[in-house]
Amino acid sequence: MAGAYPWLEEIRLKRMVVSDESLEIIAKSFKNFKVLVLSSCEGFTTEGLAAIAANCRNLRELDLRESEVEDLSGRWLSDFPDSYTSLESLNISCLGNEVNLLALERLVSRCPNLKTLRLNRAVPLDRLPNLLRGAPQLAELGTGAYTSEMRPDVFSNLAEAFAGCKQLKTLSGFWDALPSYLPAVYPICSQLTSLNLSYATVQSPDLIKLVSLCEKLQKLWVLDYIEDDGLEILAASCKDLRELRVFPSDPFGLEPNVALTEQGLVSVSEGCPKLQSVLYFCRQMSNAALNTIARNRPNMTRFRLCIIEPRSPDYLTLQPLDDGFGAIVEHCKDLRRLSLSGLLTDRVFEYIGTYGKKLEMLSVAFAGDSDLGLHHVLSGCDNLRKLEIRDCPFGDKALLANAAKLETMRSLWMSSCSVSFGACKVLGQKMPRLNVEVMDESGPPDSRPESSPVEKLYVYRTVAGPRLDMPGFVWTMDDDSALRIS
Amino acid sequence: MDAADIKNLKATELRLGLPGTHLEENNVIITEEKSSLSSTTPVLNNNKRPLQEETSPANNKDCGSKCSNNNTDDDAAPPPSKAKIVGWPPIRSYRKNSLQEQSEAAGGIYVKVSMDGAPYLRKIDLKVYGGYPQLLKALENMFKLTIGEYSEKEGYKGSDYAPTYEDKDGDWMLVGDVPWDMFVTSCKRLRIMKGYEARGLGCAV
Repeated sequence: MAGAYPWLEEIRLKRMVVSDESLEIIAKSFKNFKVLVLSSCEGFTTEGLAAIAANCRNLRELDLRESEVEDLSGRWLSDFPDSYTSLESLNISCLGNEVNLLALERLVSRCPNLKTLRLNRAVPLDRLPNLLRGAPQLAELGTGAYTSEMRPDVFSNLAEAFAGCKQLKTLSGFWDALPSYLPAVYPICSQLTSLNLSYATVQSPDLIKLVSLCEKLQKLWVLDYIEDDGLEILAASCKDLRELRVFPSDPFGLEPNVALTEQGLVSVSEGCPKLQSVLYFCRQMSNAALNTIARNRPNMTRFRLCIIEPRSPDYLTLQPLDDGFGAIVEHCKDLRRLSLSGLLTDRVFEYIGTYGKKLEMLSVAFAGDSDLGLHHVLSGCDNLRKLEIRDCPFGDKALLANAAKLETMRSLWMSSCSVSFGACKVLGQKMPRLNVEVMDESGPPDSRPESSPVEKLYVYRTVAGPRLDMPGFVWTMDDDSALRIS
Repeated sequence: MDAADIKNLKATELRLGLPGTHLEENNVIITEEKSSLSSTTPVLNNNKRPLQEETSPANNKDCGSKCSNNNTDDDAAPPPSKAKIVGWPPIRSYRKNSLQEQSEAAGGIYVKVSMDGAPYLRKIDLKVYGGYPQLLKALENMFKLTIGEYSEKEGYKGSDYAPTYEDKDGDWMLVGDVPWDMFVTSCKRLRIMKGYEARGLGCAV
């Protein structure tokens, strides 16, 4: 690439392995390099970052969101030369160790166009005011650890610094948040449009106080500590809310640890007319609630519900949740993304195939009774691009009968289903424009009978043919009658 | 192709296996096998993930335990230890690790909570609560009872339950008398008393 496009300015990678060597090549080969976004990547260390810092004179954006970086030392930040002032966006929230704080302060204050700053947990709260004062033009801030010994001077310093950021619209971070420090952000709540409190383990009353001041809020990510009561207040206070994500504080606990039920989501669907994107983890749901939500919010475009216990029925009637999700797809005519959970039969897939005409992405787990379910989806959802399925009794029939559909989609993932190795081979042989990849940790699939189900199947269309860089437990089913093992 | 055709796959071009062979259908059994397969499968260290909600199997450390395929459970009491399913709930490992780090870093103060008559004890982390009201509400939720409001003079009057705790000296104290921070550092265990015993504690004697 370095040879072919020396003027390359932006590289954005997701879920890829990136080496320090690659980062060094990027740093030295592209003279006008401006944007590096590594989302959920891994394989590099802070040495690679040092190369970027030292060489990319025109860098505007360095975003390492949720990557796994081997953090050797915080020294790399000092490798930005003193003459470097073009930084506009920096996200180092995933780094484990402390960065050189003095270097960070100097960097932040000499870059007048810095709009986004996402710190890592190791940046102590008492250093935040200095950073903010160095960048009063900030629009997006991710704090470091939001805790400190409770001292009035630290608090007032912080509150003053926040108040000085008149353009600040987005807040995140809040690790280890201490409730008594939350009021420091009250002065700017009324200007916030996006708030990510999903790492703040504070209780409902403190969350409510904060959220109720954010009248312009469009996006809220929060832990289920907010509870139904908090969501009711949210519904009453934040009329501009477009996106809500509620994450579980205790996902592996056996019993509910918080009073968050389907009611919270119903309240928000009633009170927030612009709500169109939902991700909600909870422990109980009913068809009635889903019906209400669907009728309240026909403008919903992304609806992802995770009922924590697999195959949970409607807790009121003990029936499957087919009708509830059916109502969602029927009323929300612009629904593009849907994730199902709870007890579901083939009927829900019939609804989805009938009504989900704009649906682009569907996630399914522990649902359905037979191949009919999968067939409904593949034959009915005209705009389906991505389908991911785990632990469902879907097998060969529906897959092979709808093989042509797979060429119109971006990808299909099936794991722990009933798709046989034989069917995968047939699919691979019949559809040369698809990569049919079988993943099996227990050894080559041809060491077992053809009727044996495969662990994981990943099918996607390709113009480049099979990959050649796969690890040993991935096999491509293709034209060659012998399996090609990379 | 409609549903009826599915059942007549032989009518289509696509066949399974060699001509003349048939494939047995044993969906039910396969489902069972599948479930246990999914949980005993060692985690793949790749970045393709089954469910996008928020998951990455790469760092999933929950593997190895058997899946509990418990949709036939009609018992009233939940099993004391439920098996974990690999990759479920679909939470990104970044988030899982982060929350785990937080609870470890904070060094939670876990105390046992017993309730008279309950078959087993619970454990809670006192650090999670900001004060007495949150703690009491959590206890109410956990044990499905009403404790009500504390008053210095009358304790938890009106309730059949009184929350008590054993302090560092080994004495059983009524929850609520001392400042919250003092309580958190001196509480060794909690006990929710019931019945006339409780009323004895609740009333000004």
